[in-house]
Order: sequence, then structure tokens, then C-alpha cells
Amino acid sequence: MNKALAGSELGASNTLWRDAGRRLLRNRLAMFGICVLTIVCVMGLFGPAITPYDPNGMDFANRFASPSLLHWMGTDDFGRDTFSRIILGARVSLQVGLVAVSVATILGTGLGLLAGYGRRVTDEVIMRGMDVLYSIPSLLLAIAIVAALGKGINNAMIAIGLVYIPIFARIARAAVLGIRNEEFIIAARALGAGDLRILLWHVLPNVLSPIIVEITLSLAFAILAEAALSFFGLGTQPPDPSWGRMLAEGRDFFRQSGWMGFFPGLAILFTVMGFNFLGDGLRDALDPKLRR
Amino acid sequence: MNYQYIVQRLLSALVVVLGVTVVVFMIVQIVPGDPARVVLGPYANDEAVQGLRDRLGLNRPVIEQYLSWLGALAQGDFGQSLLNGQAVAPQLWGRIGPSFELALVSLLVGLAIAFPVGIISALKPGSGIDIAATIFSQIGVSIPSFWMGIMLVIIFSLNLKLLPPSGYTPITEDPGDWLAHIMLPAFTAGFVSASIMTRFIRSAMLDVLSANYVQTARAKGLGERAVVLRHALRNAMINIVTIIGLQINALFSGVVIVEVVFSWPGLGRLALNAVLERDYPLLQGTVLIVAVMFTMVNLLVDLLYFVLDPRIEYA
Repeated sequence: MNKALAGSELGASNTLWRDAGRRLLRNRLAMFGICVLTIVCVMGLFGPAITPYDPNGMDFANRFASPSLLHWMGTDDFGRDTFSRIILGARVSLQVGLVAVSVATILGTGLGLLAGYGRRVTDEVIMRGMDVLYSIPSLLLAIAIVAALGKGINNAMIAIGLVYIPIFARIARAAVLGIRNEEFIIAARALGAGDLRILLWHVLPNVLSPIIVEITLSLAFAILAEAALSFFGLGTQPPDPSWGRMLAEGRDFFRQSGWMGFFPGLAILFTVMGFNFLGDGLRDALDPKLRR
Repeated sequence: MNYQYIVQRLLSALVVVLGVTVVVFMIVQIVPGDPARVVLGPYANDEAVQGLRDRLGLNRPVIEQYLSWLGALAQGDFGQSLLNGQAVAPQLWGRIGPSFELALVSLLVGLAIAFPVGIISALKPGSGIDIAATIFSQIGVSIPSFWMGIMLVIIFSLNLKLLPPSGYTPITEDPGDWLAHIMLPAFTAGFVSASIMTRFIRSAMLDVLSANYVQTARAKGLGERAVVLRHALRNAMINIVTIIGLQINALFSGVVIVEVVFSWPGLGRLALNAVLERDYPLLQGTVLIVAVMFTMVNLLVDLLYFVLDPRIEYA
């Protein structure tokens, strides 16, 4: 009986996800986002193997070369190939995005689940803490955390991750509050399931869809935040390429070689747009009621 | 009006501000190793490091450090800058005005774009203008504002020579010059806000436009203008104000970036300079002031609900 029930539940859930997948594939903007992100992921995964030139290799005879067949996106003030550096920069952006958002997702969702499912005191303490973190503009908080921990890509990842914890906590809490008194939770409790089991096996799967959507959208914000921190000189340190750093370096030479900053900016814009399109598509696919 | 709610809301804002002081205080505490050594560099002698530890009060227990720091804050004393030894407070006060002006004008620019675009695209969903608005808002939320700012400088300052590329003139000195200087930064920060708000205004308007009372208004022969402005928009406002409040975080973050790009003498630029110079008291002061301003704005937005919807009664 139990097995049959579990089987039918599993079937229903499979259909739900399959339907969502089908809706996602029909969404043109989301598909555009997936295409862009596939290209960025290939750049990130195979970076050093597919760059036409050594991204950090200097060529002083070729400084400030404008875009040509040899250097598609021109070269910078050290004669380094901009296109190769953009390819390698994809790895930095993706790495920062993934680590930062993982930190935010795990800690934020965990805290949100606890707040929504726990006692009122737990809820109050956690959510007031989140209010405090949220009341400092996110980029300023990230700057302050990097200032304390020190410049560099690893600390930038931690800072961006910490900044987004309140968003995940709020979403997870709201989702838990919506289902905590549903019959299947009461039934699980009546069958003797412990709080942790209920949270992980019954509550978490039911709050996954808003969290998946938020993960995608947060990846977009995290990449923008990393670019901003690196632009300020607080993220990736030279000579490693990061799109934000390349933009900052290009800023000094905008008059003579605008491409130095133009192409990295375009790379950030398209990647962030890819995540935003995918996030919006996922939201529509996972919750058809929200469709506009 | 439910005064009890207002008092409750004020108290919770106070709790948040107190919490912010803890977070801001922790900035120095989480510095790996000795903050005084970090500030002075690896080659500083031990006496200098010890002197700075004394000056920052780092030799005392953490709780005592926090309480005395908080006590000084309550009296308007934000400590001394490590870089120039001057009091932090006057440096902060001088920066609030420019930052506030930039945030306010950016918000107005954002609203001026978002309202018409959001309403028109909700009135004609699926139309060319709706698709254009969707693309505009997607670009707006995805564009790095520092990149956009630089591009605008190249176009409007370097090529067309229409607007100054950076700098600031106080509005009291020369309002025309102030306007010329604020246009590019405010448009840069406002554009991002506009794109976020456009989506929500469209969505909120779509919700109310299909409501029965809007159809009734149309059925009784009211003109489209009156239906949209008096019946639909007014009811959508409560959701729109919520969203404006929520995206103020993004606006403030945007202002920080824009201040750096356009050399705007505001709190964001001060914070970044403080970080680059490892001037912790200055950084703490800046973050605290911005967070307090942000909390106040959120409080105002919450209280605005009463004005917009007299039916609201908070338990």
C-alpha cells in the first residue's frame, strides 16, 4: 500500500517536472538564455584549451591592436588578446557565481526552513537577523566584507554569498509557511517522523521550485556583483583576467581603444541576461499561474 | 489610523538599526589576524602597531569595545579617520547631501520611465511596445551599471560634448550646472531601477485591469483615461509602492557604483576610498549611515501604505 502510494506520488512529481521542462523548451527567451549559457559554460570549462592566444601572454609589438582577423576583439595595453582573456574570464565569473550562490542557497534555505518550521522565537531571531543583513545595500555590504577579509577572488565569493543569504531565507520561509499545516505534513508527523526528517523529506522538496528560480536569478546578480568588485579592484587580482577587471583596465584607455572595455561589458551583459531569461522561463514553467 | 502599528514599526526599525551597528562593528573584528597590523602593513614596528591597537581600543574585551563604540556613536562621535586623523562624522555629513540627491533623482528618473512604459505595456499586452518594454527591462536588469556609465560618458561627454563626464556642483551654487552634472549618473542608476519597476508595474496593472470594478467603470461609460488613472492605477499603487520599496536596495547599490564611475562626492565613493585605504572607522561610519538612511526610507514606504489605502488596519 505504502509502496503503491509512494509510486503514484513519484509519478505525479515526475509528470510535474516533465511538464515544466516542456513548458521551458517552448519558451523562446529561456531557450536563448540556455544557448548563451551553454556557450559561456563551454568557455568556462575548456577555457585554456580553446583560447587562440595565451590569455596572460604579453606582446608589446601588438599593444592596443584594434579588432581584426588575427585578434577578433583587439589587444590591451600589454598586447594581450582580449578575446582569449574574455574566454578565460568566463571561468572566473562562473566559479564566483556558483560558489557564492551555493553558499547563499545552503545557508539561506537552511535558515529559512528553520524560521518557517521552528518555534516563533526561532523565527523572530532568524528573520530579524536577516532584516539587519538586508538593510545594508548588498553591494556596500559585500565591499565591507571584502574590506575586512582582504581583497581577492575567494573573499569576494564569500562576501557575495553572505549578502544573498537573506533573499533565500525569506523565500524558503515563505514557502514553508504556505505548506506547514498541509495534511501531508501533519500525516508525516502523526506517523512519527522527526522534525529533521519532515524538513528534509517533506518540506524541502515542496519549496524547491521557488528556490531553483531564485538560484538562477541570483547567479545573474552574483556575476554582476563580482564584476563590480573586480572593477573596484577588490575581486580578481592581476594578472588573472576577470570581466570586471578588464573593464576597469580598459577604462583608462577608452579614448584610444574602446574595445578593451566594450567587449568585457558585452560578455557580462549577455551572460547575466542569459541567467535572467532562464530564471524567468523557469518561473513561468514551474508556476504556470504566474504566467503573464 | 492605527497608531499602535506605527509605534511597533518604529520599534522594529530601531531594532534593525541596533543590529546594523553590531554588523558594522564586526567589520573590524572579522579582519584575519591583527587589524592594526593589517592597517599599518607588514613592515610597521611593534610600537606603532601597539599604539594603533590602543587607539582603536582593540586591547579591551569585545563587548566593552562595542558598548563604548555604541556610546560614542550615540553622541555623534564616529571616531577618527586612520588616514588623516580627522573626525569621521564631519566627513560623513558632507557626503550625505550629494548621495541623497543622486538617489532621489535616480529614483525619479526610474519612475518617470517605468510608469508610462509599464502602464502602456499592460494596456496592450503582446503588442510591439510590450515586447520592446520586456526587452528594455531585461537589458536594464542585466547591464553592468559601471559599463553603461562609461558608455554614456563616451557618447555624451567625449563625442557629443553635451554633458560633463564627472564631478559635482552643489545645487545652491549653480542649479544649471548641478543638473548638467547629475544627468548622466542619475540616468545610469535610474535606468536599472526603471527596468525592475517596469516589470512590476506592468504586472500589478494587468492584475487590476481584469478586475470587476475596472470592467464596471468601463461599462458605465467612463473614458479610458479615467478608468486607467482613477480606477486601475490607484488600486495597483499599493503593490507598486511595495516594489519601489523593495528595489531601493538595488538603487542604493547602483548609486555606490555610479558615484565611483562619475567621481560623485557621495557616501559610496567615500566607502570605496575607505576600503582601498583600509580606513576602518571611515568605512564603518559610511556603511552605518547608508544603512540607517535605507532603513528610514523603508520605514517611510511602509507608513505610506496608510495614505494609499485607508482600509489597512494592522493587527
